[in-house]
Amino acid sequence: MTLFKKHETTIAPPSTKKEIPAGLWLKCKGCDAVLYRTKLEENLQVCPQCGHHYPMTAGERIALLTDADSFKEIDADLVSVDALKFADGKTYPEKLASSRKKSGLKDAAVTGTATLDNKAYALGVMDFRFLGASMGSVVGEKITRLTELATAKKLPLVIVTASGGARMYEGMLSLMQMAKTSAALARHNEKGLPYIVIMTHPTTAGVMASFATLGDVHLAEPGALIGFAGPRVIKQTTQAILPPGFQTSEFCLEKGIVDRIIPRSDLRRELSLFLDYFAGAVK
Amino acid sequence: MPVILEFEKSIYELEEKINQLREFSRTNKVDMAQSVVELEARIEETKKRVFSSLTPFQRVQLARHPDRPFPRDYINRLFTDFIELHGDRRFSDDHAIIGGFAKFDGKPVMVIGSQKGRNLKENVKCHFGCANPEGYRKALRLMKMADKAGVPVVSLIDTPGAYPGIGGEERHVAEAIAVNLLEMFNLRVPVVCIVTGEGGSGGALGIGVGNRVMIMENAYYSVITPEGCAAILWRDPAATPQAAASLRLTSSDLLKLKVVDGIIPEPLGGAHRDIEAAAKQLGEILRQQIDELSKLSPEKLREQRYDRFRAIGVFSEEKPAGAKAAKSAKAKKK
Repeated sequence: MTLFKKHETTIAPPSTKKEIPAGLWLKCKGCDAVLYRTKLEENLQVCPQCGHHYPMTAGERIALLTDADSFKEIDADLVSVDALKFADGKTYPEKLASSRKKSGLKDAAVTGTATLDNKAYALGVMDFRFLGASMGSVVGEKITRLTELATAKKLPLVIVTASGGARMYEGMLSLMQMAKTSAALARHNEKGLPYIVIMTHPTTAGVMASFATLGDVHLAEPGALIGFAGPRVIKQTTQAILPPGFQTSEFCLEKGIVDRIIPRSDLRRELSLFLDYFAGAVK
Repeated sequence: MPVILEFEKSIYELEEKINQLREFSRTNKVDMAQSVVELEARIEETKKRVFSSLTPFQRVQLARHPDRPFPRDYINRLFTDFIELHGDRRFSDDHAIIGGFAKFDGKPVMVIGSQKGRNLKENVKCHFGCANPEGYRKALRLMKMADKAGVPVVSLIDTPGAYPGIGGEERHVAEAIAVNLLEMFNLRVPVVCIVTGEGGSGGALGIGVGNRVMIMENAYYSVITPEGCAAILWRDPAATPQAAASLRLTSSDLLKLKVVDGIIPEPLGGAHRDIEAAAKQLGEILRQQIDELSKLSPEKLREQRYDRFRAIGVFSEEKPAGAKAAKSAKAKKK
């Protein structure tokens, strides 16, 4: 039980570091360089100094991977419901509301059809800002509908994943989305249609053990956390010392879990190439 | 010595009293039959009282009871000619998931089961019932074999979850589970899954895609352990019972959520108090399910399995035209 004991709080001495005004500038998590936020945005949220990849919003990701104005969102009106009446002090609806406000999204996944270099495909994008891109009924339903649409329209499917796992507030309803999305993918696959997964930081747990790992091609962004069980859980359960770089994209490449690591600057070009190579599958 | 849970104490105390009474009447040749009968009635009453008001966390404790029958105990009682098959053909044989051909009512089936140990030695061998990727890959190999043989798959689930280890990650446990989920939808034979004890998240679901998913009365099935949930959301282990209640992980809650299709009643006092009776109940339900499903064609079985899982989820679908009233939108239960 001491495992979960709260540590006594101590008062930190006043920081001698210079404060950076929030919003305009930020200190890079990768190299400590001070970055101008606009510059970072222009550089696809990648640090120009060290190449650290920051999360992209769903909107930025869609812009990166589609022809201008080609993205047509589907199922934009699905919203989560507090089916379990889950209580932990702050209620689920309140958390949904604050995530909506923060992200401007209705839930953690945006789905639709688009073209890239005039090649049509179905695209799903997860946004970590929305409750850690956890998968609840809405995410599961959106991914499933997108997959079904891709199957019906004979489209390649591309999903950009990021997720902390299942959405606890929806209990078993969220776990079952793993099976639901996999079921839809079974049918998409049966039709011989291609499915490309782009894993971004972090892709873990229930999403990792379902649609994130059922692709024909698995691409990963550099330095992303990719794995099933959380590193802390593994450490606690097995008392093992985790090897350096455990569960990173680079670890996954070495272990044969992903096909390629692609820096964001190359992602659009490579995805377009893959759509070319798979063109025979969607004729 | 049996392990006695806090809420079981009153029952065991009364049982101890009866034993003393019987012993006394035997040694002193005194007829205490009347008192024994009275006490027995009190025991029944106490059991009913205790077991009709179990909290969700008490059910979790029952599901984890060390004396609770494990899948192999059910296999030994309900199946004949069990021929266990081993290994994933790639890395090793995972003892956390067992399986093989067997006969149920004289008819062939493929039975898969998660397996916990009764003592430390056994638990080291099967890592407390937590499967590695090899376990899931073995299970899939056997299920595909069942598909080839045209025999139903029976999956008995009792696991705290998939094993969280470095090796499991290196050998891609996420893929092992995901591929099982996908491939189980392709099976052309009846698949009946029964959660007999712990239904630990993805580790349970990895052998849990069935035409029917049943659960035993005191079993639980949850996206995360109540302890894990309490640690993450409450940051307080004392909140575990509250987390257990919030997660809606009991058999009756799961039936309401349509996550399971039916509840298998357990003998009063829990399956561990009368394994024979528990096995009999499980056998009856299993028979019903297999009989019903055996009437369906291979295509129909696949379709039914798809539709069953396709329908799970609760959300609302707002109308686009500026309808901001999220709260007034009716929850659509699909």
